[in-house]
Amino acid sequence: MIETQSLCVSLGGAQVVHDIDLTVERGRLTALVGPNGAGKSTLLAALGRLVPPAAGAIRVDGTEIGRIPSPDLARRLAILRQNAVIAPRLSVADLVGFGRYPHSGGRLTAQDHDIVRDCLADLDLTDLAGRYLDTVSGGQRQRALIAMTLAQTPDALLLDEPLNNLDLSHVRRVMAVARARAETGAAVAVVLHDLTVAARHADHIVALKSGRVFASGPPEEVVTPEILSALYDTPLEVHDIAGKRVVLTV
Amino acid sequence: MTSTPAALCGLLALSLVSLAVGVGTLSADAEGLWLVAISRAPRTAAALLTGAGLAVAGVIMQMLARNRFVEPATAGTGQAAGLGLVAITLLAPAAALWLKMAGATAAALIGTAGFLALVRRLPPEAPLLVPLTGIVYGGILGAATTFLAFERDLMQYIDIWMNGEFSGVMLGRYEFLWISGALTALAFAYARRFTIAGMGEEASTGLGLDYRRIMALGLAIVSIVTAVTVVTVGLVPFVGLVVPNIVSRMRGDNLAATLPLVALSGAGLVLACDILGRVLRYPFEVPVGTILGVLGAAVFLWLLHARPARG
Ligand SMILES: Nc1ncnc2c1ncn2[C@@H]1O[C@H](COP(=O)(O)OP(=O)(O)OP(=O)(O)O)[C@@H](O)[C@H]1O
Ligand SMILES: [Mg+2]
Repeated sequence: MIETQSLCVSLGGAQVVHDIDLTVERGRLTALVGPNGAGKSTLLAALGRLVPPAAGAIRVDGTEIGRIPSPDLARRLAILRQNAVIAPRLSVADLVGFGRYPHSGGRLTAQDHDIVRDCLADLDLTDLAGRYLDTVSGGQRQRALIAMTLAQTPDALLLDEPLNNLDLSHVRRVMAVARARAETGAAVAVVLHDLTVAARHADHIVALKSGRVFASGPPEEVVTPEILSALYDTPLEVHDIAGKRVVLTV
Repeated sequence: MTSTPAALCGLLALSLVSLAVGVGTLSADAEGLWLVAISRAPRTAAALLTGAGLAVAGVIMQMLARNRFVEPATAGTGQAAGLGLVAITLLAPAAALWLKMAGATAAALIGTAGFLALVRRLPPEAPLLVPLTGIVYGGILGAATTFLAFERDLMQYIDIWMNGEFSGVMLGRYEFLWISGALTALAFAYARRFTIAGMGEEASTGLGLDYRRIMALGLAIVSIVTAVTVVTVGLVPFVGLVVPNIVSRMRGDNLAATLPLVALSGAGLVLACDILGRVLRYPFEVPVGTILGVLGAAVFLWLLHARPARG
């Protein structure tokens, strides 16, 4: 579980995330939504200890995040960044294997290899395992990065726009894998732009606007035309189609 | 993985050739043995250590700079080492060799750290800006060195330090290169971590790696290997660029798997160029730095054209 208390984060001298109290609970999938520049990535980076808080506190399973030794934290928490760029020329399998680094350090054990194989299969990458990252497509690359994050087998899984570049079937697959991780007890937070997907797969939605929590609650409460139209400053419709909430721009 | 044993065999064969080729004729008696022990064997070892060290230093530097077009000899490390060497020579002309080595190493450390700080600010969409910056940066350091040396009549030393050659290598005059060899071996233990560092600071932190520490270690290895090489045999260009790039194309950048091949290929390339230099205008010698300068520039151009700018 990750909780924040009056969390403020500054970037380049300007405060972009203000006074956030939020809990990413274990066993649940929490979606972070909001317009461009709302502070979703900044908040997620702070939760993933990549950006230090300007004020307030972040606790992971009750312990202040800064007090957890970095190698220890890497075994418990994994984060996928929105614009991750992997410069070294690695094969897909090698990249995913590096996700095991916090656990195995040097050589991968037989168990590590099993986990890597499962993560590759979960992301439908088995056939691409031997390909170099600079020879796969954008969506395949994104899936490889997700698989690497999953290979860290974290208790807290943070994914910043994991659905970028993915086709419909892989959107479903990634959300199913994220859900499965939540159901086995992990705390999962995912930044999403597709509100229909968020309404469908999340247990809890946190909507950010201008660096503050604009609304939060279960999908039924947050995914409403009033809240969403105000959140994005544009008219939006929410329809019930076959028992599911579908968000439409007009 | 088949290419590493192949490279090892090639290297052994080259070493035997290197022991046999040279101005003095080899005889199967005490005199011949003496020639081998005093001159040919040290020269061969020096070429191997230099090549392996610079190739490994090159690939580490490419990981730290997150750019595949940099290497110690073209991005200021070698030039900074030269500057440090000239400075020490001016301040304390009678300084012992190890002191000169220390001065060159310190200057190389500062120079390389300065280069990495400079290129951190460059936009990642324009990868060629990094080597361009390195060439200009190295040029400025080199100009400062030349100015100092010219003022104080040290120009002939500059030529020796800035254009590597092995003709002066003899027993007792190359042993510092074993330091470089030891650091090259040390790099193997950190291969996985250097690859992670190549993924960037955030990815490193995400995997629980102390990014600053691995940067500092890499910086130290690159600087010491380069400084030791400059002081002992002179700057040898392009090895650190050409070898890692070719290995990367063939085998990728997972250094835990590829570093042996990088080291062996670097050693083989420098030794082959040295042998070539001995026979090309026999009985005169062409410095290995000159041969690699020509060869390396050609391969570099090919690399630039054959690989899309954003790799
Ligand atoms: N390095 C920086 N220096 C200063 N301000 C920054 C920096 N990076 C981002 N910002 C600003 O911080 C705010 C929050 O950015 P953030 O990336 O967290 O938004 P986001 O909600 O993830 O947006 P998106 O949906 O576009 O990914 C934005 O207003 C952005 O302009
Ligand atoms: Mg973002």
